[in-house]
Amino acid sequence: MKRLFASFLILIGLMGMASAGEIKSSLAPVVPKAAGEAHPEGNEFMRINHMKLMVHDRDDTVLLGDRNVKYSLKECVACHAVMGPDARPVSVKSDQHFCRTCHEFAAVKIDCFQCHNSLPDADLVKKLTMLPQKDRELAAYLKEVTE
Amino acid sequence: MERTVYREMALTPMVWVLAIILGGIIGAAGLAVLYVEHNGHIVTGMNNQIVWGLPHVFAIFLIVAASGALNVASIASVFGKTAYKPMARLSALLAMALLAGGLGVLVLDLGRPDRLIVAMTTYNFKSIFAWNVILYNGFFVVVGAYLFVQMSRGMSAKTIRAMGTAAFIWRLALTTGTGSIFGWLVARPGYDAAIMAPLFIIMSFSFGLAFFLLVLTSMYRLTKRNLDPMLIKRMGNLLGVFAGAVLYFTAVRHLTNLYAAEHGDVERFLLFGGGGITTLFWVGQVLIGGVIPIALLFRPTDGPNVGSVLLASVLIILGGLVQLYVIIIGGQMFPLEIFPAYEVTSSFYDGAVNSYTPSALELILGMGGVALTLIIAGLGVVALRILPENLSDS
Amino acid sequence: MKLPALNTAIKDLSEVDRREFFKAGGAVATVALTSGVTLMAFGGEASAKADAGKRWGLLIDVNKCKSDCNACVTACSDENGWEDTGNPETDAQWIRKVDLTHKQTGREVSLPMMCQHCEDAPCIDVCPTGASFKRADGIVLVDKHACIGCRYCMMACPFKARSFVHEPIENQKTHAPRGNGTVESCTLCVHRVDKGGQPACVEACGKTGNGAMMFGDLNDPASEIAVALKQYSSIGLRDDLRLNPGVRYNNL
Repeated sequence: MKRLFASFLILIGLMGMASAGEIKSSLAPVVPKAAGEAHPEGNEFMRINHMKLMVHDRDDTVLLGDRNVKYSLKECVACHAVMGPDARPVSVKSDQHFCRTCHEFAAVKIDCFQCHNSLPDADLVKKLTMLPQKDRELAAYLKEVTE
Repeated sequence: MERTVYREMALTPMVWVLAIILGGIIGAAGLAVLYVEHNGHIVTGMNNQIVWGLPHVFAIFLIVAASGALNVASIASVFGKTAYKPMARLSALLAMALLAGGLGVLVLDLGRPDRLIVAMTTYNFKSIFAWNVILYNGFFVVVGAYLFVQMSRGMSAKTIRAMGTAAFIWRLALTTGTGSIFGWLVARPGYDAAIMAPLFIIMSFSFGLAFFLLVLTSMYRLTKRNLDPMLIKRMGNLLGVFAGAVLYFTAVRHLTNLYAAEHGDVERFLLFGGGGITTLFWVGQVLIGGVIPIALLFRPTDGPNVGSVLLASVLIILGGLVQLYVIIIGGQMFPLEIFPAYEVTSSFYDGAVNSYTPSALELILGMGGVALTLIIAGLGVVALRILPENLSDS
Repeated sequence: MKLPALNTAIKDLSEVDRREFFKAGGAVATVALTSGVTLMAFGGEASAKADAGKRWGLLIDVNKCKSDCNACVTACSDENGWEDTGNPETDAQWIRKVDLTHKQTGREVSLPMMCQHCEDAPCIDVCPTGASFKRADGIVLVDKHACIGCRYCMMACPFKARSFVHEPIENQKTHAPRGNGTVESCTLCVHRVDKGGQPACVEACGKTGNGAMMFGDLNDPASEIAVALKQYSSIGLRDDLRLNPGVRYNNL
C-alpha cells in the first residue's frame, strides 16, 4: 500500500513536471512512441483516462455487440507495438512492452493479457515486418535514381 | 443457580504448540493456493468433467457445520434451555469461525480469486450463488451482533432472545441456500431435488453439533476446567437424533429417485454399481457416519460415557465429509443424459462415468480451511470471555 | 539497447493502409455496412449493436453429418485458438463430435455439440456475477471480465457445453480472448456474425460438401433457416427442460 501510494505521488509529480517543462526524473519510464497519429485528446488525457475509455467501450462491445467503438485494446496493442531485436513486436513478457513500461513504473498491475493477446494480429505483424524490407527496397531504388 | 463466570483461555505452552501446528497447515494451504493460481487448475485433480472437487467438499462441509454449530446458542436463546446458555458464546464464535474457514477454501479455489471484489459488488439476483454471498456475509453480521449482545453488560434477556431468533432464522436461510446450490441444478440427475435444502439443514444440525462437541471438550481439557459429563451426554443424545435424521432424509431422497424410472440409472450408479463411490456411500456415509455413531450414542451405559460421544462426533464428521464427497463428486461422475435413448461416445466424455483423483494440493487447501476455523476459534477464546470457568448440567 | 519504435517503420504506409491498420476491428464492419452484397448474403443488416429483433441460431441435419468428419471441430479450433494439448480431461472443447447408437433400434448417427444458445439458459441463471449473459440477438456468452471462475455454470449446463481454462494461455486470437481461470464456450463466432458472416463451423461444414449445418436468424420468417424449420420437423436437445435452445437438430 505504501509503495503504491509512493508510486502514485511520484507519478503525479512527474505529470506535473512533464506539463510544466522539460525537467524529467531519471526514474521516469521511457515510453515508446506509437505508430499512428497522436490521440486527439492529448497524451495527458489518455494517461489519466485510458482505462475508463477502454472499460466503457469493452462493455459496449462485449455486452451490446457494438463493433464500431472508438477505443479497443486490440487497437491499443497494434498501434503501440514495440519492435524487438528480431524486428517483430514484443509481447508483454518483455519489459519493453508499451503497457509494461508505465504500469511497472506506476506499480499498477493489469490483468488484460491473461486473456487478451499482447501482440497485434498475425496479419498485421506480417504487414509490419514486411515494411522494413519495403523501406530498404525504396531506399535502394532512390539511391539508384539519384546517382 | 450460581452465576456463570466467563474467562479467557490462558496461553499455555500446549496452546502455543497447537497454534503453531495450525499456522503451519494454513501456511501450507497458502502455498498450495499460490501454486494452483500460478499453474492453473491443471495441477489439481479437477477437470472439465469434475469441476468441483475436494476443496468444495471441505468448504461446503465447513459452511454447513457453521450454521449447525450455532444450534447450541439457538437452543439456549430461542428455545430457552438454560443448561445450554453458558455455551452460547462459544457456539456463536465457532459458527463464525467455521463459516470463515469454509469461505476461505471456497474463495481460494476460484479460477480467479483475485476477482473476489467482482463477486462482492456484482450480483445476479437470479443466482442462488449470489444470494449465498449475501447470506454468508449477513451471517457474520447477524451472529456477530448476537455474540455482542450476549457479551455486553446490561443487555436484557429480551434483546438477546430477539438477536438469537434473528440468527436462528438467518442460519436456516443460509443452509437452505447452500442446499439449493445443488437442489436447483435442474440439468443434473444426481441433484435437482427439493429435498436437498432440508437435507442440508439436518446435515448442518448433525455436523455442527459434532464439531462443537469436539472443540468444546478440547478447549476444556486444554484449560483444565470442569466440564460436566452429563452435559456431554445430553448433547450426545441430541447428536444421535440428528444423525438418525440425516439417515432418514438420505433414505427419502434415494427412495424417491429410485421410484422414478428417469432417475433409476443415477441411483443404480450411486447405490449399487459405482465402485468407489458406492463403497463410500455405504461404508463411509451410512455405516461410519450414521449407524456406528448412533449405536455408540444410544447404547445403554451405567453413566455418561464421554469417550463414546467424542468418538461418535469424530465418526459423524468423517462420515459427513464422505457424504458431501458422495453428493458433490458422485453427482458429477454420472454422465449428463442429453440423448436419453442413445448410447453416447465423444472426445469430451459424453456418456462416460467420469473419474476423479484428488490431488494433495486440494487436500491441503481443505485442511487449511479446518485449521483456519480452529485458529479463529482459538484466538476468540484467548482474547475474549467466551468460555465459562465451570460448565455443569443445571 | 533501445528498440526501434514501430512508427519509424510505418511512416510510409499509405493513408488507406493506415486506416485499415487502425480500424482493424471496425473497418470490416464498416465495409459490411456499406457493401450491399455482403449484407444480402446473410439476410440481415449489419447494425452497430446486437439486434434485439434477431435470434441467431443453427439447424443441424443429423442425416448429413458424417461420423468420420471433424471439419467443424477443426475449423472452430483454428478460428478461436483452442487446441488439443494432450490433456483430454482438462482441454477446452468449444465444439465436439458426438456419436450415438440408438439403444433399441441400433440406428447410428453423428452430430456436433456446442453451446445451444438457450433462450432460458441455466448458465445465465446460476452465474453469481452476471458474467454469463445473453446478447440481444440471442447469443450466449461469457463476459470474461466478470467471470470469477466458480464453474457453477458448468454444473448447471445440461449440454456440457462449457470448458474451464486450466492453464495459462499465450498468443490468443485477438478476436477470441481466453485466459486461465475463466470459463468459456462456443460464441457462435460472434466476431464473424457481427461482421455479417457466419460461424466457422458452418462454413467448414459447407466446404466439405456435407452441408449439415445451417446458420441464420430464427426470427426472420424469410431466412433460409426459418423456412427449413417451418418445413421439416426438428428438436432442441433436452426439450423437456423448456430452455428453447437456439441450436436445433433434425432427423435425430
